[in-house]
Amino acid sequence: MKIAIAIKQVPSRESQLKVNASGKWIEDADLAWEINEPDAYALEAGLQLREKVSGEVIVICAGPESAAQTIREALAKGADRAIHIETDKTPVSDPLALARMMAKALEPEKVDLIFTGLQSDDLGYGQTGVILAETMGLPHATIVMRVEPEGQGIKVKRELEDGWFQNVELPLPALLTVQSGATKLRYATLMGIKKARTKEVKKIAAAELGGPGNPSILLDRVYFPEKTRHSQIFDGPAREAAAKLVEKLRFEARVL
Amino acid sequence: MLAVLEHRDGALHKTALEALAAAQQIGAELSVPVFAAVLGSNIDAVAQLLAGYALTKIHAIDHELLRQYTPDGHTIALKQLIEAHKPAYVILPHTYQVRDFAPRLATSLNRVLISDAIGYRVDNGALVFVRQLFQGKISADVRFTGDPPHFASTQAGAFRAENLKPGSASIEKTTPALQPEQIRTRPQDPFRESQRAVDLGAAQIIVSVGRGIKEAENIPVVQKLADALGAELAASRPICDNGWLPMERQVGSSGQTVAPKLYVAVGISGAIQHLVGMKGSKTIVAINKDPEAPIFEVADYGIVGDLFEVVPALIEALGK
Repeated sequence: MKIAIAIKQVPSRESQLKVNASGKWIEDADLAWEINEPDAYALEAGLQLREKVSGEVIVICAGPESAAQTIREALAKGADRAIHIETDKTPVSDPLALARMMAKALEPEKVDLIFTGLQSDDLGYGQTGVILAETMGLPHATIVMRVEPEGQGIKVKRELEDGWFQNVELPLPALLTVQSGATKLRYATLMGIKKARTKEVKKIAAAELGGPGNPSILLDRVYFPEKTRHSQIFDGPAREAAAKLVEKLRFEARVL
Repeated sequence: MLAVLEHRDGALHKTALEALAAAQQIGAELSVPVFAAVLGSNIDAVAQLLAGYALTKIHAIDHELLRQYTPDGHTIALKQLIEAHKPAYVILPHTYQVRDFAPRLATSLNRVLISDAIGYRVDNGALVFVRQLFQGKISADVRFTGDPPHFASTQAGAFRAENLKPGSASIEKTTPALQPEQIRTRPQDPFRESQRAVDLGAAQIIVSVGRGIKEAENIPVVQKLADALGAELAASRPICDNGWLPMERQVGSSGQTVAPKLYVAVGISGAIQHLVGMKGSKTIVAINKDPEAPIFEVADYGIVGDLFEVVPALIEALGK
């Protein structure tokens, strides 16, 4: 089975974010970067499926030069080769434009199954996978917990709301967005890291795939949210803060 | 303005009613008529649930192939409705089901959905939606650039169903052109894995624990706080995914929705998926080492600090 996994590089979850001078994105010059966590679960699901049915895992990533590091890490974990769609430094904020570039890069590969994460930790649209499915004319399932081969196709367990689940059968080729946390993530082994250096990374300039083009939605302004409640924050030594909090809960909120 | 509304077991989804309230509110501000649509098989009773609201018309999209939800069925049927009626805006609730089909629907019409909106404003007659980036740490105003139809989905709890305007609406039943071979996925009946033994919804006080607890061995730290408060212990998703607490104690969009009189969030950063499950609580306390954690935006009281110092101190203070 030929499996593609779409991954994205995002600022690390620990980042202290600042809005940049344009007011339209964050200051990203000094940030640490990592794989988008939901995509790490997509990669894991793809690697596990390959171990079950054999085949090839290709990671595809759109991002600037710095994304090469995240791609290497995915190769070190066991992906066989990679496609790097090289964009300029500003992230592509239009998921349709991004999906179209990915579709163009993936079409000649004739993959059987595409995995993506549920959403990205930065823009958080939660849409790129489904848009990619529609762009490539593939059936899809979202919020997938488990994947099993079933006849000519696959059977997946999807998560629904409120503790409900559902099994769905899909023909191949298809696209799945993977729920985070459903499996444990593997670490790269020393051998894996060594091997990753020799694995193929095919670089394609975004412009060759039509480029990001004119976005259909635009970030007008980014800013820190206004607080919806008036919060009282206590800091300083733990004992003092705790005593203050208990007093407030007893005599102001009256919930104790 | 068209609101596409989700239902199950003969009732409208709570977030769908909120999306309808949003559509009414925006429709009034832009002076455009508001339509609603529901999809299914033998859907008259569900459509009837909407007849008492101030709407221009309710589209009851009825087809045997829509009996069970599939992304293909919803996409094809709604595309036909939108092409026939040309709404300027399509508003949906940001539910799991909408996340499944709405990006596909928008793409099929060459558009992009603004997903998970928490608010909006009208800027020179154009609608600008507010949504969250970086797991709620940053907000963004997002606008559409091209021609209508424009698609947006509303976050659970962002609009209030109490604001729905009553009125009366006529129902127009339509049968979309759908063929069995167009539905490529085969869904089976939904199921639950286990009966819930814990009803967090009944708890007066909840102590909830998140990633900040670091490892399973540390769970007793927060259990002691729960005991000291006479509270039920709950958790955010990663804790239950790791098996450190059972799934039935999970609060959030994929777990339970709670509104106790006191909710104490310990080491929980406050991802949107968690906040929608608890932000209706009467009093919210947050304990987190990151002063920028989104949980502080919904907290009434907060302590910025290391939970391994703060929680024992809190237990001690409660004993006094």
